[in-house]
Amino acid sequence: MGENMKKMKIATLAATAMMLAAVFTGCANKAGTSGNSASGDTITIGGNFELSGAAAAYGSAMQRGVKLAVTKINKDGGVKVGDKKMKLKLVTKDNKSDNASAASIATNLTTQTKASAVIGPITSGAGLAALPNMTKAKVPLITPGGTQDSLTLQKNGKVQPYMFRSCFEDSFQGKALAKYVYNTMKLKNVAILGDKSTDYAQGLIKAFKGEYKGKIVTTEYYQAGDKDFNTLLTKLKSKNYDAIFVPGYYSEAGLIIRQAREMGIDKPIVGADGFADPKLVSIAGKSNASNIYYTTHFDAKAPANNKVADYLKLYKDTYGDDAGTFDALSYDAVYMIKQAIETEKSTNSVKIAEGLAKLKNFQGVTGTITMDKYHNPQKPVIVTKLMDGSEAEATAVK
Amino acid sequence: MKKNLKYNAIWLAIAVLGWVLINVFEGVGIIDQFAENTLVLIGINIILATGLNLIIGFSGQFSLGHAGFMALGAYAAALVTQAIPTEGGFVLGTVIGMLLAGVVALIIGIPTLRLKGDYLAIATMGAAEIIRIILVNLKITNGPAGLYGLPQLANWSLVYILVVVTTIFTVNFIHSRNGRAILSVREDEIAAESMGINTTKFKVAAFVFGGMTAAIGGALHANYIQTIAPNDFGIMESINILIIVVMGGIGSMTGTFAAAALLGILDMVLQGFGALRMVLYSLALILIMIFRPKGLLGTWEFSVKRLFNRTKKKAKEGA
Repeated sequence: MGENMKKMKIATLAATAMMLAAVFTGCANKAGTSGNSASGDTITIGGNFELSGAAAAYGSAMQRGVKLAVTKINKDGGVKVGDKKMKLKLVTKDNKSDNASAASIATNLTTQTKASAVIGPITSGAGLAALPNMTKAKVPLITPGGTQDSLTLQKNGKVQPYMFRSCFEDSFQGKALAKYVYNTMKLKNVAILGDKSTDYAQGLIKAFKGEYKGKIVTTEYYQAGDKDFNTLLTKLKSKNYDAIFVPGYYSEAGLIIRQAREMGIDKPIVGADGFADPKLVSIAGKSNASNIYYTTHFDAKAPANNKVADYLKLYKDTYGDDAGTFDALSYDAVYMIKQAIETEKSTNSVKIAEGLAKLKNFQGVTGTITMDKYHNPQKPVIVTKLMDGSEAEATAVK
Repeated sequence: MKKNLKYNAIWLAIAVLGWVLINVFEGVGIIDQFAENTLVLIGINIILATGLNLIIGFSGQFSLGHAGFMALGAYAAALVTQAIPTEGGFVLGTVIGMLLAGVVALIIGIPTLRLKGDYLAIATMGAAEIIRIILVNLKITNGPAGLYGLPQLANWSLVYILVVVTTIFTVNFIHSRNGRAILSVREDEIAAESMGINTTKFKVAAFVFGGMTAAIGGALHANYIQTIAPNDFGIMESINILIIVVMGGIGSMTGTFAAAALLGILDMVLQGFGALRMVLYSLALILIMIFRPKGLLGTWEFSVKRLFNRTKKKAKEGA
C-alpha cells in the first residue's frame, strides 16, 4: 500500500517536472520572423477596430475613414511598388473595446491574415495590449487615436519600432492648449476640473500645468461616469479665474458645460480632443455650448491643404454625413502606409515600418506630417471655438 | 485507497497526454500562434470560472466581485515581475497576489457573507469596484494608465499546468470533508447549522479559496497580455466569468471547461463579424440558455470511476 503511494508520488513529481521543464522555454522556441509581405498583386492591411463596446463610436469612425481611403486608393489605380501597381485589401476585426481581444486580434492579423500593416486600435490601452504581438511579428501598427505619450516608447526611453500614430500625443495638445489660452486668449488664471479616472485626462493636466505661464487657481477632480457636477462648480464659482480647463471626454464635459451655464458661469470652457464629438453639443444643449474652445486634429473650417475639400466631398458622397476627426485621422493612416510602401518600394512589413519612420512632409487631410524620432507626427494643432452649439471658428496653432 | 490511487493516476495520465498532444500539434503546425493564443485565454478563463463556480455553484453564494480578486493577482504579479522579470519573479508575484486576494476575500467575506442573494451580489460588486477605484488612485499602480511593457512570462504550458493544478485542488477541496460541509450549506443552510456546521466559516472558506484562484488567473492575464489597467477589471469582467459558470452549468466543473472552451472559440470565430460580433455572441448565449436552461451540462460531471464501472458492467453483460 505504502509502496503504491510512493510510486504515485514519484509519477506525479516526474510528470509535473516534465511539464514544467518546457514551461518557460515555450516562448523561446518560436522561430524568428522577417515580417509579412504581400502575396500576388494584393497588399493586405489589417483593421483592429473597436466596433462594439465602450469605444465603438470612435472605432466605427476609424473603420469609415480606413474603408474610404482603401476604396479611393484602389479606384485611383492602387499602390505603386517599384514598377507595378498593387491593390489594397482590408481585413477588419472587432476587438469589442477589450484589451485582451485587441492582443488576440493583433496575433490573428499578423500570423493568419498576414497583414503588411495594421491600423488600430484607436485607444491607448488596447494599442499597448496589441503592441507586443505586433512587435513579435515585425508588423507596424498605426493608431489614429492613441494619444498616451508613452505609447510609442519602450521602458528604457527608446522608440517602439513598430508603433506609430497619425494623431498627436496628449502632451503635445496639452502644451498647445496652454500656449493658446495664455498667448492668444490672453487668460492669466485658469481653474482645472479634470477626470481623475482616465490616463488621458491625467496626461493633459500634467502637460497643461507644465506649459501654462499663468496661474492655476485650483484643480478639482471628478470620476468618469459622474453625472452631477454642481458641488464642484459651486466650489469654483467663488474662485477668481478667467477660464475652466476640462480635460476629459464629451460624455462628462457636456454635462459640466450644461450645469456650469445653468449656474450662471459664462467664462470660457476649454478642453482637448475628447470634446471633438457632435454628442458634446447634444449633451450640453445648443444654447449652453457657447464660448467653448478645444484642441482637435482636424476641422473643415481650418483646412490644412487643398486635399481637404476633395476629402470632405468624397466623405459626404459616400456616407451622407460630415467627416469627423477620427475618420480623417484614419483616412490619413492608410495614405501614410501607401507613402511608406512607395518610398521603400516594398510591401514587406519591416520595410513599411522603416518607411513610416522616415515620413517627411506628407500631405494628409489632417495636416502636413513629418514623423519625429519617437514616431509622433509633427503637425499643427487645431483649436475650434463653439458658439451656440456651432463651430464659429477654427485656428491652426503651431 | 488503491482504487482512488488508480483513478488519480488515470487523471494525471490524461493531463500529461493532453499536454503532449497540444505540443505535438504545435510542432507540426496544426496549432498556430493564434490558436495557441486562444487556448491560453480559454485556460485563464477556466481558472477564473473554476474559482467562481466554487463560490456560486458549490457554496451557493451569488458573487459579482470576482474581477476584483483577479485585479489583485494581476497587479501583484505585474509589480513583482517589473522588478524581477524572471520565472521566479512570476511565481513570487502570483503567490503574493493569492495571499493578498485571500486576505481581502476574508475581510470582505466575513461581513458580506451574512447577506443572501441579490444583497450579496450587490455587496461583492461594490467591493470589487472599491478595489478598482483604489487601483485607479494609487501611484504605485500608475493610476488609470495601468502597467505596461510587462515581461511575457506566461505561456500556454504554464497556463495548462495551472489549469490542471487549480482543477485538482478545487475538485479535491469539494470532495473533502470541508467541501461536503460547503455543499450542505448550499443545499440547506438551516439544516447544516442545526447539524453543528459553522455556515459562515465554510462560506468564507469557499469565498477565500475562490478569490485566491481568481488571483492566479489575474497573474497569468497580466504576464500574458503584458499590459493591465484598472478598467480591465470592471463589472463586465465579473459578468463574463459568471456567464461561463452559468453557461456550463452551476456546480459542474466539467461544464466550466466546456463553456470556457465553447465561448472562447465562439469569441475567436466572431472577431471578423465587425459590429455584429456582440449581437451574434449575445444571440448564441440566449439560444444556449433557451435550449439548455440548466447550462450545457447541468450538474453532470465527467467521472473516470463511472466510465470504468460502465465498462466493467458491459464486459460482465457480454460474458
